[in-house]
Amino acid sequence: MKFVDEYRDEADAVRFIEAMRGLPTRSWNLMEICGGQTHTIIKSGIDRLLPPEINMVHGPGCPVCVTPLELIDRAIAIARRPEVIFTSFGDMLRVPGSSADLLSVKADGGDVRMVYSPLDALTLAHANPGKQVVFFAVGFETTAPANAMAVWRAAQEEVENFSILCSHVLVPPAMEALLGAPDNLVQGFLAAGHVCSVMGYWEYEPIAERYRIPIVVTGFEPLDLLQGTYMTLRALEEGRWGVENQYARSVTREGNVPAQQLMEKVFQVVDRPWRGIGPIPMSGYALRAELSRFDAERRFEVGDISAQESPECIAGEILKGLKKPHECSAFGTRCTPERPLGAPMVSSEGACAAYYHYGRIEELISRDAAQAAERHD
Amino acid sequence: MTDQPAHPSLAGLSCPIPLTDYPSVQLAHGGGGRLSQMLIEGLFLEAFDNPVLELLHDGAILQVDGARLAFSTDSFVISPLFFPGGDIGSLAVHGTVNDVAMCGGRPVAMSTGYILEEGFPMEDLWRITRSMEEASREASVSVVTGDTKVVDRGKGDGVYINTTGIGVIPAGVEISPRRARPGDLVVLSGAIAVHGIAIMSVREGLEFETQLESDSANLYPMVASVLERAGERVHVLRDPTRGGVASALNEIAGKAGVGIRLDERSIPIGEEVRGACEILGLDPLYVANEGKCLAIVDREAGEEVVEAMRGHATGGAAAIVGEIVEEHPGKVLLRSRIGGMRVVDMLSGEQLPRIC
Repeated sequence: MKFVDEYRDEADAVRFIEAMRGLPTRSWNLMEICGGQTHTIIKSGIDRLLPPEINMVHGPGCPVCVTPLELIDRAIAIARRPEVIFTSFGDMLRVPGSSADLLSVKADGGDVRMVYSPLDALTLAHANPGKQVVFFAVGFETTAPANAMAVWRAAQEEVENFSILCSHVLVPPAMEALLGAPDNLVQGFLAAGHVCSVMGYWEYEPIAERYRIPIVVTGFEPLDLLQGTYMTLRALEEGRWGVENQYARSVTREGNVPAQQLMEKVFQVVDRPWRGIGPIPMSGYALRAELSRFDAERRFEVGDISAQESPECIAGEILKGLKKPHECSAFGTRCTPERPLGAPMVSSEGACAAYYHYGRIEELISRDAAQAAERHD
Repeated sequence: MTDQPAHPSLAGLSCPIPLTDYPSVQLAHGGGGRLSQMLIEGLFLEAFDNPVLELLHDGAILQVDGARLAFSTDSFVISPLFFPGGDIGSLAVHGTVNDVAMCGGRPVAMSTGYILEEGFPMEDLWRITRSMEEASREASVSVVTGDTKVVDRGKGDGVYINTTGIGVIPAGVEISPRRARPGDLVVLSGAIAVHGIAIMSVREGLEFETQLESDSANLYPMVASVLERAGERVHVLRDPTRGGVASALNEIAGKAGVGIRLDERSIPIGEEVRGACEILGLDPLYVANEGKCLAIVDREAGEEVVEAMRGHATGGAAAIVGEIVEEHPGKVLLRSRIGGMRVVDMLSGEQLPRIC
């Protein structure tokens, strides 16, 4: 398939892997920001093809994972109301709140629907004037333009039965929070290519300067990730810092300016709590005051719902890259995709789910080896 | 010592699936993945436990007065009822004859039970019934018994169809999921994920433009050729419907206590399907098929089976896609396009499209 196969070619992959072999003079911790990149790394087995000196740390860029528990509880409270059609992207539906998820609200008779775009939710609002249509607007800068467009159009068309439950988060403040933390171990970043398609990468230049760290804007195909890793590794070995762009086929320094302008009209930057990390100043979007009538939290008065995280879940350490999923004592036993203790096990982009679905090969191989040795005895 | 209960224990009568897990049925309990498996093994198998059911094959293989019969039932609740490449009627016939064929049986007769919703257009019912008749005639299977029920408006989804099929297994055919053994090859009869993507393309709220048609088809003629060529060297047959190729192979690996290794590059998949899966964020290995067959065969019979499949329109793109290994019993591993290895797990819950 055009524009996909080129980036999954084994011969090219081998060339990058060979080029990296022998390059590291010491061990390095690199973080890929985005959950989609984590998914590709684990799904293609890239982490096991890299030189052993490179430790890939899986970053916080999974929108499902960092959405606070109480916001999911608020979504569930809204979705249970009889007058509501609650719409969401698919992978938010299975994220557990304190006592239920949106799919079980559906099983109990709530009108919960999966949509592919917030504009589809707006169309639903037009088609169901007697209902309140709510869209669960989560995600990073990548999904923000479409959500901004939906609210903007709702305002233009005076659609009074449409609102969004908004929990947008922004990448650069999270990177700064990670780099500024005393326990930080990240030495180089693979920045999220799709976020940068919207926002450009000028925002990252001061971060790279301040923390003297290489940041390489990277795509999502296996070869993108191999090349992004190679570029970061070379910068580290040569003692360089700054922003480089691996994903030039879709990212420019300025990004998508009309999208940014629309987002500015609709959203304002606010403090946001991140699940597992905590509050980060100026790290998210909320609707501007003049559009707050489209804010579902106000419309349905669910702002006072709060929630308590499972004490056993170490999502925070996972999302900060301090621990790998399989280092959690509950991983694969008390915490599985069927009964997740925390969000990284639910979303297909979550580091825990990626490890659970794809990443147990080492464990299998060592068990096989032990069995073979036993047979030998 | 603790007090004895005052009344007899109810443990044997209580639901064996812990209610704290799922106090009510979720859609994913019917999705063909891990939740379906939990329901079947934890609840139904617990209740009906017997050696025939225990194999959890596409159908049952019964010994009756010296003859071997393949016996299978299926329910069809598809939405929309009419879709590119078929409708619920033809799908019901194909699904039934295929389940019989996957037992190695020649389909002979089938039953059909209609559950109709009050108000369902008679013309649609006629269209579905004509389509069923046509498909059953093409498959040389007679619909020999049936049943009709009507439920109140709003309590059904237009029409549900339940079918049962029965077939005769010829001598020299020995199909069982337990017969998969190290060294065997995994043969796939054609491009995967066509049915699931074709249905999704016309589902409300998800419509996208595509030329794709469901692969819904009668697989018996192809299976007959395969069995004629390779006989007992065919060890397992399976049509990877709900839950796709990944779930079917996981079930076989679990039942036979063997490992399975797949090579991603050798798995046939059409351009349009791949494109749709990329855009929707779905893994084609988990998407449903209605006209494809997985055969696990003796290594020496591999090429012959591919050839036999390719002699039929339904098997035009047949290929060897993997092998059975001794290592990692119960697990399916896949070598990715760039040479990495990963586990292909059973699907847990419905496959949900990703945010970005």
